[in-house]
Amino acid sequence: MNAIIISALWGVLMMYTGFMTSAKRTVSLVAIIGVVLVFVANWLEYLGLSFVNMDMMGMLQFNTFGLVFNGIILFSTLIYFLLSSTEIEKSSHTPSDLYALMFFVLSGISVIAGFQSLLMLFIGIEIISIPLYVLAGSDKSNLKSNEAALKYFLMGAFSTGLMLMGIALLYGSSGSFSLEGVAAGVGVLTPMRASGMVLLLASMSFKVSAAPFHFWTPDVYEGSPTVYTSFMATVVKSAAFFAFLKLFESAFGEVHGEWQMLVAVIAALTLIIGNITAVFQQSVKRMLSYSSIAQAGFMMLGVFALNTYAKQGMILYFAAYSLATIALFAVLAKLKDHSIEALNGFAKQHPVVAFSVLISLLSLAGIPLTAGFFAKYYMLLAVLKYAELLWLALVAILSAAISVYYYFRLIQAIYFREPAAESELDFSGFFKVVMVFNAILILVLGIHPDWLIKLIY
Amino acid sequence: MFSAFDNFPALLIWLPLAGALLSFFIRSEIVAKTTALVVSALSLGIVVASLFYSDPKFYQLTQVSYVWLPGIGSSFALVLDGLTTTLCLLTALVFPMIFLLIPKGRFQSANNFYGLMLLTHCGLMGVFMAADALVFYLFWELALIPVYFLSSIWGGEKRIKATFKFFIYTFLGSLFLLIGILYLYLHQNTQSFSIVSFYGAELTATEQTWLFLLFFVAFAIKMPIFPFHTWQPDAYEQAPTPVTMVLSAVMVKMGLFGVLRWLIPLFPLAVKNFNTTIIIVIVVGMIYASLIAIYQDNLKKLIAYSSIAHIGLMAAGAFTLSSVAIEGILVQMFNHGINIMALWIVADIIEQQTGTNKISALGGIAKKAPMLSVFLVIAAFANIALPLTNAFVGEFMIFNGLYQFKPWIAALAGVSIILSAVYTLNMVKNVFYGESSAAVTKFTDISRVQVSVLSVLTIFILIAGIYPTPMFEFISDAVGPIIKKYNPN
Repeated sequence: MNAIIISALWGVLMMYTGFMTSAKRTVSLVAIIGVVLVFVANWLEYLGLSFVNMDMMGMLQFNTFGLVFNGIILFSTLIYFLLSSTEIEKSSHTPSDLYALMFFVLSGISVIAGFQSLLMLFIGIEIISIPLYVLAGSDKSNLKSNEAALKYFLMGAFSTGLMLMGIALLYGSSGSFSLEGVAAGVGVLTPMRASGMVLLLASMSFKVSAAPFHFWTPDVYEGSPTVYTSFMATVVKSAAFFAFLKLFESAFGEVHGEWQMLVAVIAALTLIIGNITAVFQQSVKRMLSYSSIAQAGFMMLGVFALNTYAKQGMILYFAAYSLATIALFAVLAKLKDHSIEALNGFAKQHPVVAFSVLISLLSLAGIPLTAGFFAKYYMLLAVLKYAELLWLALVAILSAAISVYYYFRLIQAIYFREPAAESELDFSGFFKVVMVFNAILILVLGIHPDWLIKLIY
Repeated sequence: MFSAFDNFPALLIWLPLAGALLSFFIRSEIVAKTTALVVSALSLGIVVASLFYSDPKFYQLTQVSYVWLPGIGSSFALVLDGLTTTLCLLTALVFPMIFLLIPKGRFQSANNFYGLMLLTHCGLMGVFMAADALVFYLFWELALIPVYFLSSIWGGEKRIKATFKFFIYTFLGSLFLLIGILYLYLHQNTQSFSIVSFYGAELTATEQTWLFLLFFVAFAIKMPIFPFHTWQPDAYEQAPTPVTMVLSAVMVKMGLFGVLRWLIPLFPLAVKNFNTTIIIVIVVGMIYASLIAIYQDNLKKLIAYSSIAHIGLMAAGAFTLSSVAIEGILVQMFNHGINIMALWIVADIIEQQTGTNKISALGGIAKKAPMLSVFLVIAAFANIALPLTNAFVGEFMIFNGLYQFKPWIAALAGVSIILSAVYTLNMVKNVFYGESSAAVTKFTDISRVQVSVLSVLTIFILIAGIYPTPMFEFISDAVGPIIKKYNPN
């Protein structure tokens, strides 16, 4: 609850900073302070100190799982602001507006962290989505950015429509919006309830860009300004997954067996399509878009399995995936040329940043001793709990092996090839420090993931 | 972990790790090399000390164990028994020699080179000592990653492609291994990754078959045995020779070690089902590799293919499940490491001096470098496993096991030994004798460091060939646990 209030208020405050100061640095500073405050507020609530005490009528309820998830989101946003603030400042004359939009997104995510009712789910998803349409199109003079915004808006509106229809059907059959009410109703899966559930499944798959609902992702991610792609692909995607997991665990957990196979197929398709398509990409940005689809496939395994390992793995996956992807996009946003060749010899020119990028790539590929390994590890553990579904685990590891191919193409360019020309890039000392800090965090989570996981108990 | 004196072998992991992390921050090449040397020499000292410290009843000499991930029941557990100590000793012997032989200025940014080598050192020790499946897997990967970087940064012209193939192959293999480990973990009685509870797992025949295949592919790729070997010749050729030494002397033993420590004890039913097929495939692969070696003009590739044949023999021996053969393997794993190390050193000296490793471009080196040729001849004899060289005893025992298993298989495998004599002696003849070719006109005899390292290896070859008894006493207790499940009494 704390996080919802503070982030919404801070969003309004951010809009006013645009009037009060023309120094973009100051605006960024205010935003960074804001995220820290929201993070602290969320932490206080985790410790049991809630700022407001009002009756939510059972529509919002924050448990440790939700609060830890929200903490990870806010922390990732902090890292994102620290790394990308200069790019956000460059992207607009009035960065304060864009910061404000991102705070509204955070507020929506905080609603998602605690939703107990389908209405709150819908409101949360919409609060997240609408600012994103604007962010995707924030590079007004760029045709691709306009296209991305329009595509995102149309597809988003469409999937929201599906979601509303699903909610309506479920409400019609169970007479309740609350998750428990719906859960009590679905014990017997009537056609009406089943179709409501499948509609929700489809719309959530849209939001997390799982195949075959993933087609909007590469175009939107590629067309949007790189800084905002980073935000969409990490923080927002994690939030969508959290909503997906919580919705299906609370409302449809009892009929797990009925929809499990459907999710297994979606997960397998996402893994295969995402990874194989990523192999053929020449642009790093587009490749990372497909890689985000592929990673979504792995997270789908958590929704599929829905056991303790899956919950632990999801938390770890959010952190591992967000930290690594944010770092990669932060570097990418500074490059003019997004082809793989542009990274040739990067390590010779910028050893420190290259090292952090290396750790991020290894983590995404799931190499041991990085956070990404344990994230994948828990997902596999969750799947293997179902002994008869060995094939799904095999699909997962085969696609993980394919993913090594394209992640390591970047490593090869960065470390083993000679640079073509002198680099014009200049990374500030602060940027390097944050990048190294981020890399160390990934390694620490890779050596001792229990430190994060035990927070949810 | 340092509280108990008993636990000092854990230093075999921590020392190289610390040395590696230190190396990355050292600017001067000399200091980096000294660090690497000191660390590897200390490791050697620790292994030797642990030999004397040992209990006569060797199994579980030392156990270090502290809880690492309580949530999933994994502890950082290490064990040192006969099997482990042999391989740790080999590792600890090989690394200082490699470091000694690297001349100043051979590698750019040498500190990173030494750092990555020490990281590999740490990974290898961890693989051999791990008594917890998850820890084993982590070190298995940790040994692979630095080697990938070593080969890709400092390797030959086609290095990026060759080492990438190597990496993808082994990484895929280890993912299969991971699935196998996780499945085994979830479907047993105790919530633990420890090797003891894995050994106690009760599995149905179908489960064993699946898990066996998953584990087997991982180990087969690593060894490598036919038909999973295609990454190996390219990777050996393209890697810088010091790294090739690590790969062929120690790293291939990871696969064999995996078979002995995990595969055979874990899945008795499946092993019994598959072993005849596997042995036949391996033996066919041995002959195939030997035939390719005969027609090989590239010195490094010749050694690589010869290594496939030798490793194949050991792998085939392991699947006979006879205690004689397995005793032979334990000894032979060590000896093969020594022999192939000597061969690589000679090959490296030739390549460094002449700039080529084409056998047809070489010839008559013996006249220019008599000392080197003495060492080569001894190493070559050991490679053919002539009596009085170290490899003889081990290979003889493996053949014994194969003969007991199926005489005709032993006969087939014998063909590859004959072929190994053909290509090894041909190589010696063409490279060292005959007319001096243009490439070797400036050849000089070897330096003092090279002489001393090669002498150490040669002494090992001869002593272990003439008086192998101590080695057998050393490993005698290690065989029992491996094939315990196959002997009903």
